Amino acid sequence: MESTANNRVIHVRELVKKFGDFVANDHLNFDVYAGEIFGFLGANGAGKTTAMKILCGLQRPSSGTIEVAGFDVYKQSDQIKKNIGYMSQRFSLYEDLTVKENFQFYGGIYGLSATEIKDRTRQMLESLQMTTSADMILRDIPLGWKQKLAFSVAMVHRPKIVFLDEPTGGVDPITRRQFWEMIYEAASKGVTVFVTTHYMDEAEYCNRISIMVDGRIEALDSPAALKAKYNAATMDEVFIRLARAGVRSMNG
Amino acid sequence: MKGFIIKEFMHIFRDRRTMLILFGMPIIQILLFGYAITNEINNAQIAILDHSNDQSTREITQKILSSGYFALNTKLNSAEEIEKVFREGKIKEAIVFESDFDKKLRNAPPASLQLITDASDPNTANLLSNYTQAIALDYQKQLTAAMPAPARLNIQSTMQYNPELKGVFMFVPGTITILLMLISAMMTSISIAREKETGTMEVLLVSPLKPFHIIVGKVIPYILLSFINALIILVLAATVFGMPFQGSLLLLLLESILFIVMALSMGILISTVSNSQQTAMLLSMFALMLPTILLSGFIFPIENMPFPLQIFSHIMPSKWFIIIIKNIMLKGLGIAYVWKETLILVAMTFFFIGLSVKKFNIRLG
Amino acid sequence: MKPAEVKIQNIEKSYEGVKALYNISLDIQPGELFGFIGPDGAGKTTLFRIMASLLLPDAGKITVSGLDVVANYKELRHILGYMPGRFSLYPDLSVEENLRFFAGVHGTTIKQNYDLIKDIYQQIEPFKNRPAGKLSGGMKQKLALSCALIHKPALLLLDEPTTGVDAVSRQEFWNMLKHLKKEGITIVVSTPYMDEASLCDKVALMQKGQIMDIEKPAVIVEKFGYQLLSIKSNRMFALLHDLQQFEHSLSAYRFGDSIHYIPESPIKDFNILSYKLAERGHSEIVIKETQAVVEDCFILLMQQSEKAHGINS
Repeated sequence: MESTANNRVIHVRELVKKFGDFVANDHLNFDVYAGEIFGFLGANGAGKTTAMKILCGLQRPSSGTIEVAGFDVYKQSDQIKKNIGYMSQRFSLYEDLTVKENFQFYGGIYGLSATEIKDRTRQMLESLQMTTSADMILRDIPLGWKQKLAFSVAMVHRPKIVFLDEPTGGVDPITRRQFWEMIYEAASKGVTVFVTTHYMDEAEYCNRISIMVDGRIEALDSPAALKAKYNAATMDEVFIRLARAGVRSMNG
Repeated sequence: MKGFIIKEFMHIFRDRRTMLILFGMPIIQILLFGYAITNEINNAQIAILDHSNDQSTREITQKILSSGYFALNTKLNSAEEIEKVFREGKIKEAIVFESDFDKKLRNAPPASLQLITDASDPNTANLLSNYTQAIALDYQKQLTAAMPAPARLNIQSTMQYNPELKGVFMFVPGTITILLMLISAMMTSISIAREKETGTMEVLLVSPLKPFHIIVGKVIPYILLSFINALIILVLAATVFGMPFQGSLLLLLLESILFIVMALSMGILISTVSNSQQTAMLLSMFALMLPTILLSGFIFPIENMPFPLQIFSHIMPSKWFIIIIKNIMLKGLGIAYVWKETLILVAMTFFFIGLSVKKFNIRLG
Repeated sequence: MKPAEVKIQNIEKSYEGVKALYNISLDIQPGELFGFIGPDGAGKTTLFRIMASLLLPDAGKITVSGLDVVANYKELRHILGYMPGRFSLYPDLSVEENLRFFAGVHGTTIKQNYDLIKDIYQQIEPFKNRPAGKLSGGMKQKLALSCALIHKPALLLLDEPTTGVDAVSRQEFWNMLKHLKKEGITIVVSTPYMDEASLCDKVALMQKGQIMDIEKPAVIVEKFGYQLLSIKSNRMFALLHDLQQFEHSLSAYRFGDSIHYIPESPIKDFNILSYKLAERGHSEIVIKETQAVVEDCFILLMQQSEKAHGINS
């Protein structure tokens, strides 16, 4: 993985987002590169969700230069949406549809042809070893498997970047690790993974991590470098030391 | 329980949407009706059958047509034609001057003026007839001022197609019924379902509060608000629309409270079977609102319904309430004439309260 | 009030034919801080609801200080504080109004039991006029806890209070629980975060409606029974696969910045292992023996039960 302007897929300069007097994102600067697993951490209320919405083209920034997959978030949010995948713990799949129907639906949204959808579905279910479950109603599938399916569905249109918002919340420790193997595999194929989590051990699995405090990025580096810099044994320590300094999460 | 009621009021007053539905809707509904009707009166098509064609009839005709409310569609030559033009739907009103109108008016009063109105749209018919009469009487006044002996008009107003004027002012009792039903039942069911959605119901159930407390705490604010609403509607109906008010106001208000309590208990019943605000809303719409509008006699006369639906309409509480209000407001009747309907409502109220307290689950699921 | 004692005997529960709880039995001592540790779908919420008298069990019996949760639910509800997993405050009411309301529901006032919640409530008191819906996750949690405590319960049930909450707020929350314990309240808490197990006096590890183990956290870790190696190299992703492929590998999985590797039998000489890895192209190899934590035990127990029952049991 190289960090050059050529394979830069997210480019953020001086991103500011205000809601009235409240500064949700305070001059954010960062780049994310192709095939990178980028951990986006921060306390509740630090401004992660807002920044993520802006990157996905769901919300307009107040100011700043932001490019995602080479497109400008102000003018080309439609192209951005075609090139990204999104999955969160809350919003994922339709519980009353079958596995196959969920793939068909999302594939259809992204304009995939019927044969393409069929191929992709078969391919992805094979790699999940779930081919026999294709006609199961999603409701009847255990949570861990659902999360893995949701990730596959978010990848159905081969996006350049996939945004994962707390994808492993409440998932058992084994499935959580299997989920991360899927993330690694996607990244090894050049997909950029932008992920938030509250599990600090998962922060260690990222190539680089940013930690947001009170709307600002307080730290951005590889887990090893951050631990060295803050003289900490674990990412948990790094996070708690930085986030404690923030006032916003403590004050609501 | 006091705390519960206070809290419920806070929810209501802090939610702009709830407030809008609570107080905006009745005002808008009543004004819409009033406005729709005044609008209707512009250039109403009329026919005139003038048996005298003299100075007075020409002057009255002129006065009517220049009022802006009426437009002359046809001049008729014989009484047989009246039926025909009505049937063709060309006109809303026909005016008939008797022969020797002017002579009778000046020398041998009264002179006869006949108004025939299409009462299939009773509200409009009533207004048209009222306007025409007002114009003719105004002419009579002018004439009297210029004459030694008073001129007198004898105006006969006939309603074609709907002689008893069923449905005139019907909309006020109907609107009161619908609004009370909507606000009482829908709002309580939604507010209970909301507590289930946010998880606060779990905490309430686990607390020592009894189901009865929760229900009463939910219901009291809405009784009060619905009652205020009923008052607003009545005041608006009387001032904006000139709704006649014959009977006892006290009796009417007591009956309204009875109906509100009944609707609230239906709302609680709905909430016991719905776990989300959406379900509660849909259930209220389909189980309460639509039958109230369609089967209570508000829009479609019950006599014209197919027999099975007529039977079904008997179990609509709103049907009985509409009868009660009509009898009190329009006919000025007392409790002696509505006790049967009242008793039916009382019975229904007890039935629904009992059922909802029983169904209200002390546990989840 | 005396802290409550909870006795759970042979509890079973199914929803529409799907078994949520299999024959759960355990005792919780008065004044204990007891944790149910397990992922979503383990049956934690169902068990909490039965304890809180919100659900009826299909079979079995739970008593809280001698009160049966089914027959004596009215008395039970007086001594119970319950915080459900979902956000369970009125978002349109202010902090103070919420607290006052829940005090009123239990027939008490804020003043009467202020001492108990003082430490927690003081942190949010500066914002007492703010609507609860506009608080941050950590503050909501503090308010919800204050509301659950306002009537000085003998048993406090907290269903996943830290789920979705950031690491700092989670740490604070556990500190608050430690303080509360001293007030003589039995606290039962559930969580999907394995690292929180060590903060409890005693834990039950749950998975798929069953309890895999009930012990003090230190005992659970002691019982691990295998050698656990923490291994790093320059190629972590490949390292995981290589270790999993090893002939005598019982288990290998990512754990923070290293791989946890459990060999079938203890390895004395790490040089052999190191050599084998170098053979597969690894460098910067670090091998250390490490102490298992609850998450390691949980993974091991899950793998054992999957082996015993087949993958889809």
